[in-house]
Amino acid sequence: MKLDAKIPEGPLAEKWSKHKFNLKLVNPANKRKYTVIVVGTGLAGASAAASLAALGYNVKAFCYQDSPRRAHSIAAQGGINAAKNYQNDGDSVYRLFYDTIKGGDYRAREANVYRLAEVSVNIIDQCVAQGVPFAREYGGLLDNRSFGGSQVSRTFYARGQTGQQLLLGAYSALNRQINLGKVKMFTRHEMMDVVTVEGEAKGIVTRDLVSGQIETHAAHAVLLCTGGYGNVFYLSTNAMGCNVTAAWKAHKRGAFFANPCFTQIHPTCIPVTGDHQSKLTLMSESLRNDGRVWAPMTAEIAQKLRNGELQASDLKEEDRDYFLERKYPAFGNLVPRDVASRNAKEIVDEGRGVGSSGIAVYLDFAEAIGRLGEDAVRARYGNLFDMYQQITDENPYKQPMRIYPAVHYTMGGLWVDYNLQTTVKGLYCLGEANFSDHGANRLGASALMQGLADGYFVIPYTLGDYLATIGPSPVDTKNPAFEEAKKNVVDRVNQLLALKGTKTVTEYHRELGHIMWEYCGMARTEEGLIKAKAMIRELRADFWENARVSGSANEFNQSLENAGRVADFLELGELMIDDALNRKESCGGHFRLESQTEEGEALRDDNHYAYAAAWEYQGDNQPEVLHKEELIFENVKLSQRSYK
Amino acid sequence: MNLTLKVWRQKNADTKGKFVTYQADHVSPDMSFLEMLDVVNEDLTKKGDDPIHFDHDCREGICGSCSLHINGRPHGPKQGITTCQLHMRSFNDKDTIVIEPWRAEAFPVIKDLAVDRSAFDRIQTAGGFISVNTGGVPDANAIAIPKVVADEAFNSATCIGCGACVAACKNASAMLFVSAKVSQLALLPQGQPERYRRVQAMVAQMDAEGFGSCTNTGACEAECPKEISITNIARMNRDYFTAKLIKQEE
Repeated sequence: MKLDAKIPEGPLAEKWSKHKFNLKLVNPANKRKYTVIVVGTGLAGASAAASLAALGYNVKAFCYQDSPRRAHSIAAQGGINAAKNYQNDGDSVYRLFYDTIKGGDYRAREANVYRLAEVSVNIIDQCVAQGVPFAREYGGLLDNRSFGGSQVSRTFYARGQTGQQLLLGAYSALNRQINLGKVKMFTRHEMMDVVTVEGEAKGIVTRDLVSGQIETHAAHAVLLCTGGYGNVFYLSTNAMGCNVTAAWKAHKRGAFFANPCFTQIHPTCIPVTGDHQSKLTLMSESLRNDGRVWAPMTAEIAQKLRNGELQASDLKEEDRDYFLERKYPAFGNLVPRDVASRNAKEIVDEGRGVGSSGIAVYLDFAEAIGRLGEDAVRARYGNLFDMYQQITDENPYKQPMRIYPAVHYTMGGLWVDYNLQTTVKGLYCLGEANFSDHGANRLGASALMQGLADGYFVIPYTLGDYLATIGPSPVDTKNPAFEEAKKNVVDRVNQLLALKGTKTVTEYHRELGHIMWEYCGMARTEEGLIKAKAMIRELRADFWENARVSGSANEFNQSLENAGRVADFLELGELMIDDALNRKESCGGHFRLESQTEEGEALRDDNHYAYAAAWEYQGDNQPEVLHKEELIFENVKLSQRSYK
Repeated sequence: MNLTLKVWRQKNADTKGKFVTYQADHVSPDMSFLEMLDVVNEDLTKKGDDPIHFDHDCREGICGSCSLHINGRPHGPKQGITTCQLHMRSFNDKDTIVIEPWRAEAFPVIKDLAVDRSAFDRIQTAGGFISVNTGGVPDANAIAIPKVVADEAFNSATCIGCGACVAACKNASAMLFVSAKVSQLALLPQGQPERYRRVQAMVAQMDAEGFGSCTNTGACEAECPKEISITNIARMNRDYFTAKLIKQEE
């Protein structure tokens, strides 16, 4: 099968407008004859469900949480980018496009990224109209800040809770459509499989998490808006329930999975305290605007700090290594996320890490407090400092914070064409769950932008084209494919419940996380990846022998839920390893030790790897087949990223 | 630390629940409260017992999934945080900790410590929105909103919908929750056209769900993890009376 990205012809800036005109429309009177399933109610899902319902389609929306408002978009802190140029500082659609393509280390599609930048301006208008309380200036107009090393101020924000406010806006639009009877909402429902009829998606199988009932739902199209798969690493900044199950089941039904090894590791998270740790907490990137990152100059000093023989404040300036400022004088502490993370790892690998575990570096505000005063620092970062103190019991005004990178976002996901359709007709994928816009590294404040762009302004156009093509004849679950898919799900549930071994599912998940973090985390080598692949296979086999799952099928059973998700992660992990092995270059968040510049920076190989790697499932324990979508750059010139 | 836990166990909505005592040993003060329960659940699973069910998701205090009445207080002994942000260093060695679900008729128990809070969603569905379709809206800077007004609306909008206000209230009233949403939209110019219709619809749904009345004890404000003010309730009452007296048709 040849991948067709369906990128419209014509100049970059005209592609989307022309494409919108060329897409078929569904007659207003016919829209109510269609049903669309939306899985996931984060920014992408809630905005898509609300927008499609507003157009007149019937929508069935599903989420595993007890309320659509709790999807993990809610936890995004920093902000949302938009090329409004309200600050008159030289921003434009083209600049946002360019920054995003470059930030993604030239591994995203030009046309998609340009469209993202183009519709970004509409998102802010939409959110304000819904009553989202963005930060404002005294004059009453919207405030912006510069974020993540960007040279223009294009980030809109609502204190440190931008994701929450945007999601509540999308949730309110969704509620309005529920009220109008256009959306039927299914909470505490997990999608267990996609149903395809003659190669086209026609519905899904779900499990009601309260009653345990396995149900089938039919529709004219299915939209997966189910987020990223960062929890394959066990510890991440994702919510506990974030999972790959919906995307993985779709993958097994024929949707290609693209660039699975592209994961973003965020540099400023609170370090792990012990084996009991269940998740990691992100400290906003904005802290690096005033905080200085450092580590002790030598391993001997670090050892004394770890033993408690020395305190950070005892160290003289010459015993401190401000390693980001030293190595990157131009960008200093504000280098992109992947660069900052990798450098912290190097320090720890050299034995210079701090904290009782030795797996952390310092983020120090002493200089900022001296320069600005404690009150000014409190005004800027007070809530973050409080959060840090709450978790660590240390006062960051008095001693430097300890930070360490953590898995935060996954750029990879289901392969989609320009219309956001996967390789299965009628099956679409939006938001973090798809692979489309961030290449090998995502810029700060761009995740919220993409989720809402897909849901509010892309899918309402592109889905209509498909629906108009297939026609509005009624759908139901009578086709035997539904019964067959349902039976598979019931069998799978029973298989999991039959596991009565000695190890808990969490123990397997933690082990998988250790393997992924060690060998497919911030630095990857061929040797390590080969080793990890064997380890994952062994772990997966062991899971199906010795795991223990409690309870029964027809009840609220969190043990069963978790087991199903971890079983899928155990399969995805291997594909991530395969993808990382295949890509023998470094780019963005994917750092192969074999491919670096003399100065130790990521070295791309554009001649051999300027493509999206889309993997096709071949059956259990069979090697997947690689399909390449060549990335064609007609507008930007590929260059080596440098932050020196 | 070694702790004794008295945990509410209830198989489902139709069966009677009871307290069961568990021993939690070797608890690290660095654990969060939910991580402590995770460890207890790992032991229960290995022993072949059903783990304790509770709602949780983001574990950073923003999704509003986690609940738990801990020693008689929603989200435990500390001010301004959710259960997932509570750490075991807030307890002492050999403490006995009593853990219950939210108690309110409108929040029926699903299992153990997890309750059904869908009543909150239904209240929001009744009117917690501004009726705009996607697209066709004015430029975001077309309406200037004074910073103090925007900030005040934001303060109301920080509600995470956890239900602690209901759990804290002796009447199981949902007034703080409903008034926070009503206030956010009533404060903003975009919310004016539906202001009186909204408050009536949301209050009617709140009553239909079986929440109790407000008697101004202020327990909701004291226990709210986001420290949402009861000024919101006053604001909602004012709008509700205005609506009923002179603006009913809006």
